[in-house]
Amino acid sequence: MASSTTGPVVGENKVSGFIFGVIAWIVGLMFFFPIFWLVLNSFKTEEAANGDPVLFFTPTLEQYREVTASSTGLLSFGEAFFNSAWVVVVSTIIVMVLAIPAAYSLAIRPVEKWRDVLFFFISTKFLPIAAAILPLWILARDLGLLNTRLVLIILYTALNLPLAVWMLRSFFAEVPRELIEASQMDGASLMSQIRSVILPIVSPGIAATALLSFIFAWNEFFLAVQLNPVDGSTVPIWVTTAVTTRGLFLAKLSAASTLATLPVVLAGWAAQKRMIRGLALGAIK
Amino acid sequence: MATVTYDSASRIYPGTEKPAVNELKLDIGDGELLVLVGPSGSGKSTALRMLAGLEFVDKGSILIDDRDVTLTPPQDRDIAMVFQNYALYPNMTVAGNMGFALKQQGVSKEERAKRVMEAAKILDLEEYLDRKPKNLSGGQRQRVAMGRAIVRSPQVFLMDEPLSNLDAKLRVSTRTQLVDLQARLGVTTVYVTHDQVEAMTMGHRVAVLDHGVLQQVDTPRRLYSAPANLFVAGFIGSPAMNLIEADRSGDELHFGSSVVALPADVQADLKASSATRFVIGIRPEHLSNAGGGLNSNVTVVEELGSDAFVHATIQHGGGDVTIVVRIDGETTVSRGDNMPISIDGPVHIFEADSGKRLGTPPE
Repeated sequence: MASSTTGPVVGENKVSGFIFGVIAWIVGLMFFFPIFWLVLNSFKTEEAANGDPVLFFTPTLEQYREVTASSTGLLSFGEAFFNSAWVVVVSTIIVMVLAIPAAYSLAIRPVEKWRDVLFFFISTKFLPIAAAILPLWILARDLGLLNTRLVLIILYTALNLPLAVWMLRSFFAEVPRELIEASQMDGASLMSQIRSVILPIVSPGIAATALLSFIFAWNEFFLAVQLNPVDGSTVPIWVTTAVTTRGLFLAKLSAASTLATLPVVLAGWAAQKRMIRGLALGAIK
Repeated sequence: MATVTYDSASRIYPGTEKPAVNELKLDIGDGELLVLVGPSGSGKSTALRMLAGLEFVDKGSILIDDRDVTLTPPQDRDIAMVFQNYALYPNMTVAGNMGFALKQQGVSKEERAKRVMEAAKILDLEEYLDRKPKNLSGGQRQRVAMGRAIVRSPQVFLMDEPLSNLDAKLRVSTRTQLVDLQARLGVTTVYVTHDQVEAMTMGHRVAVLDHGVLQQVDTPRRLYSAPANLFVAGFIGSPAMNLIEADRSGDELHFGSSVVALPADVQADLKASSATRFVIGIRPEHLSNAGGGLNSNVTVVEELGSDAFVHATIQHGGGDVTIVVRIDGETTVSRGDNMPISIDGPVHIFEADSGKRLGTPPE
């Protein structure tokens, strides 16, 4: 694959290129296969999913109907999906609104001791979340936030912010200094400098950071199950509660997991369109 | 149109003791093209960036048209700058790049389009207005960077080695176009380069800097014929001036075996000087092979067609010294030849340690 599309590189052996290509495909398929099998199983009957593995079968939407059907007392798919979307989108927006100015000031107008500041950000991720859960739970209880979407928005923002600042800082640092200086010479105000010159160049970085923040928040399970297992709970909780583990459940679990994965795939697809490399091409030299 | 004044302006970078630019005093006239030249680390770019407002002025002040702009942010100085690497906005088209400054000033869309078109005509960029910088060649990018500056009709142009990323041939032709453009627009221009040929060919006046200190500011001709000190003498001219160290013997200086004939004012300065070591500076064209008292041994001949530069060794001060002599291109000299030479033109004498020039420079 590698050698067939890009042509031979000088000094690179065609045979070794072919071997690396094969290895890359094998590794790629190994990563892809469980997802493929999950999706496949979600369209099977329970009997087929639990029986001997087969590639060809009559697909059915039975499992999807069953897991999305709401039963009283249990978290419904619609509710969970809405809660997740709300919590994830709001927290991601807050993260980006806070991280972009922070990254700007750390990369482009470094404050004194900016390295220490940066280290402080990442140091908040050192503590295992399991060690912090008890004080978090007590705080949430005292503030009346248990079982609310708000508690998850606050925590997901706090969890993703340090990483977002780190990622964005490195993207901002790649903006050529002269471009900012040129915009200053051209009489651009700070806002117009950021809007017209810096943001267009760092937009792939912003898309990547927002996507990562989205994925982390969407898939978060531990905090959700501890602090918000009842009302306003999210999709990962729904996956575990919608499927009864009595009897055969593999196909139903597959269907639920596939549904839970879809938004992330869609977000990734949307972000990928923005993640074009080399936006700064032609700026200098 | 404006004048520019550096009034003892200094820049000391945080964490360093030595100023990058040390008490620079410089007056630039209205419509003048002044070139700042010097080796790397001489402070020429820093001096330019101080005028741009991109570098803080630690001491002294900078005036544009007698208005003190020392603390004015770059946005409000009405200066346009061409960067060495062009610094084009990659997300904007050529027209967008050129019109950006006007947009910031709130100029209407029609007016912007009109002025961008005018600048594009001057620079032959009309057909590229809709392209993005990444789809342009190096020379075209350079012109867009120029266009971005001229479209604004600013008070002062600043150019920071704008030609150094072009290939040699394009650099020479662009150099001429730039001089012509500057003369037509008549905008005061400060131009930074490390290339003394560029400095000499472009500048109305040239300011030579070394280690942050202004060495001399003069017309190219004067810089060449009357260098104020040893540094300028060695820096300006290609090939460089022959600089030969000589100890004084009484009130005389010897070049090889012969006594150097010195004008009266130099003679007087030599008498008054307490230094013992001096440097004799002779331009290659002021040495002649038309016969003379000094024997030289030819090592390398550089043929340029119209003339040739001969590298030769002479016996001087108890050892071999290499000198360069310009000779007529018709004369055939080859390696190993014995070539008698003599001094045929002005001689510059400097104190070896202080670099100070002896005598009043000729007018």
